[in-house]
Amino acid sequence: MATATSTETPADRGWYKRNEIAITPWLFLAPAILFFAVYVIIPIFQSIGISFYDWDGLGEARFVGVDNYVELLDDSAFEVSLWNNLKWLIFYLLAIPAGLFIALFLNQTVTGIRIYKSLFFFPFVLSQVVVGLVFSWFYLPNEGLLSNFLGWFGMGPVNVLGDPTWATYGIIAAGLWPQTAYCMILYLTGLNAVDPEQVEAARLDGARGWKMLWYVIIPQLKPATFIAFVVTIIGALRSFDLISIMTNGGPFGQTRVLSFYMFEKALSEYGFRMGYGAAIATVLFFIMLFFIAYFLWSMWKEEKGR
Amino acid sequence: MFPRPIQTASPGFQTAYKTLLPISLILWLLPLIAVAIFSIKPAEDFTAGNYWGAPSSIEFAHNYGQVFFNSDMPRYMLNSVLITVPTVIGAVALSAMAGFALGIYRFRSNLLLFFMFVAGNFVPFQILMVPVRDLTLDMGLYNTKTGLVLFHIAFQTGFCTLFMRNFIRQLPFPLIEAARVEGVAEWRIFWYVVLPLMKPALAALAVLIFTFIWNDYFWAVVLTQGPESQPVTAGITSFNAQFRAAYHLMSAGSIVAALPPVLMFFLMQKHFIAGLTLGAVK
Repeated sequence: MATATSTETPADRGWYKRNEIAITPWLFLAPAILFFAVYVIIPIFQSIGISFYDWDGLGEARFVGVDNYVELLDDSAFEVSLWNNLKWLIFYLLAIPAGLFIALFLNQTVTGIRIYKSLFFFPFVLSQVVVGLVFSWFYLPNEGLLSNFLGWFGMGPVNVLGDPTWATYGIIAAGLWPQTAYCMILYLTGLNAVDPEQVEAARLDGARGWKMLWYVIIPQLKPATFIAFVVTIIGALRSFDLISIMTNGGPFGQTRVLSFYMFEKALSEYGFRMGYGAAIATVLFFIMLFFIAYFLWSMWKEEKGR
Repeated sequence: MFPRPIQTASPGFQTAYKTLLPISLILWLLPLIAVAIFSIKPAEDFTAGNYWGAPSSIEFAHNYGQVFFNSDMPRYMLNSVLITVPTVIGAVALSAMAGFALGIYRFRSNLLLFFMFVAGNFVPFQILMVPVRDLTLDMGLYNTKTGLVLFHIAFQTGFCTLFMRNFIRQLPFPLIEAARVEGVAEWRIFWYVVLPLMKPALAALAVLIFTFIWNDYFWAVVLTQGPESQPVTAGITSFNAQFRAAYHLMSAGSIVAALPPVLMFFLMQKHFIAGLTLGAVK
C-alpha cells in the first residue's frame, strides 16, 4: 500500500493527506470529547449556575443570588454533614495502613498464598449495596453478630446504627472493609517491585523490622501509597451507597454527609429543591477540587520529569 | 524481599504463620460467610432466634428458587447485563481512540485535554446529578437503560482514557514511526499496529468497568425507577421491601446480585489486578 503515495509529490496529495498527522488526533478524540463535555464538563458549570436559583425541577426557576449559600450557613443539617465528611476523610484513610499491614502479612511464598491473596481482596469486588446490607445485619441490635460477640464478654447489646454518636463510625467501618482490600492489593503489587538488592544491602547494614520498613520499604512504595491516597480520598468524599442502605441518613439525620444530604434535598420526599441541592453539591465540588488540584499537580510534575 | 521469607524463620514460627493464615482469612470474610449461611437457612431458624448458629436444615434450593422464580430478581439481573455490557463496549472504544490520540500525537492542548479527562473522573457525582437528570429527561431517556448507558459511557471515558493513554505511552514508539515511513495511513496504524498491542489494556479495562458499572447504585437511583429498567443494585432494595425481615431470602438475593462481578474477578484475576494497580509501581 506504500507504493501508491510515495511516487506523488506533496502538492498532488489531498488536503487531508498533507495534514493527516495534525487532523487525525482530533478525529480520534472527537467522540470522547463530545460525550465527556455533554455529560461531565458542561453539567459542572450548569450545577454551579443552578445553585443561584430557586427551582423545583419542573416549574420556572427563580434567580435568588447567593440566598441558597446564605441559607446553608444556618442549616444545622449541613453542618452535621460537613463534620461527617471530615470524619469520613480522616477515618477512611485508616484503610491505607491497614492495607499495608495485610499486604506485609501476605507477602510470602507458601503454598496456596495466591488463593489467600485473592480471597482477601474479595470484598472489593462486592457492590457497596451488598456490603451495606451485610454489615447492617452484623450490627443488628439484639440478633447481630457484634452484639452476640460482646455478650460473651458481658457487654452489650449495642445498637450501633441506631445510636447518633456511633452510627457514622459504624458505616465508616463497613466502608473500610472493601477499601482496605483495595489498598492491600496496591501494596502487594508495590512490594513485588521493591528492589531486593537494596533490601539486602540494608540488612547487611543492620536494618531490621520497623527501621527497615520505615526507611527502606515505605519510600520505595511511594507510587502505591499515592494511588491508595487518591482512591481513598475520592472514595471517602463519594460515600453515598452505604449511608443510603444502612441508615438512610438517620438516626435523626446524624449520618448524613454532603453527597447524601444533597440527594435528599434535591430528589427525595423532602422536596425537590434543585437549587439548594446544587449549592450543597457545589460546596462538595470545591472541597474535592482542592484534592483534584493536588493530584493533577503531582501528575504534572511526573510528566515533566519524563 | 520484605518481610523476610518465612522459610528462613524457625519451624515453630512457620507453623504459627501457617495456622494464622486460615484463621485470619475466616475472620476477614466472616460477614460474607455469615450471609452465605443465612442464604441456605430455613425461615423458621430466624423466627426461632437461631441467627448465627448452624442451619437446622439446608434450604438452598427453596431459597434460591424463590429468588429466581418468585421475584423480580431475574429481570433486574437482565437489566444489569443490558446496562453493563454496552457501557463496557462504548467506554473502551471511546477511550482506546482518545488514548491513542493523546498517547501518540504531540499537539499543543494534549496535556490539557488529558488532565481534563483525569479531573472529570474525580468530580463528585452530585455536581452532575441535577443537569444530567434534566438532560436525560429532555431526551426522553429517563427511566430507560439507554439513558443510564449513555451517561456511564461518558463518565467512564475519563478513567479509561487515563488508563489507555498511559498504556500507549509505554509502547515502543519506533514501531509507529516505522509504519509512518512505510506510508501507512494513521487510522490503519491505530487498527493494525496499536490496537493489537493494547489487548492487555483492553481486557483489564473491560473487567474493571464491568465491575464498576454492575455495582453502581447512585445513578441507578437517579436515572431509573421500577423493574423495567433498574439494575440489580437498585432492585435489591425493592426486593428487600418485598421480603422484609426474610433474612434467608435477602441473603440469597444479595449473593445472586453480587455473583457476576465476583465471577468476572476470579476468571480474569490477572487482568483485573493489572488494571487496578496500574501506576502502583514505577
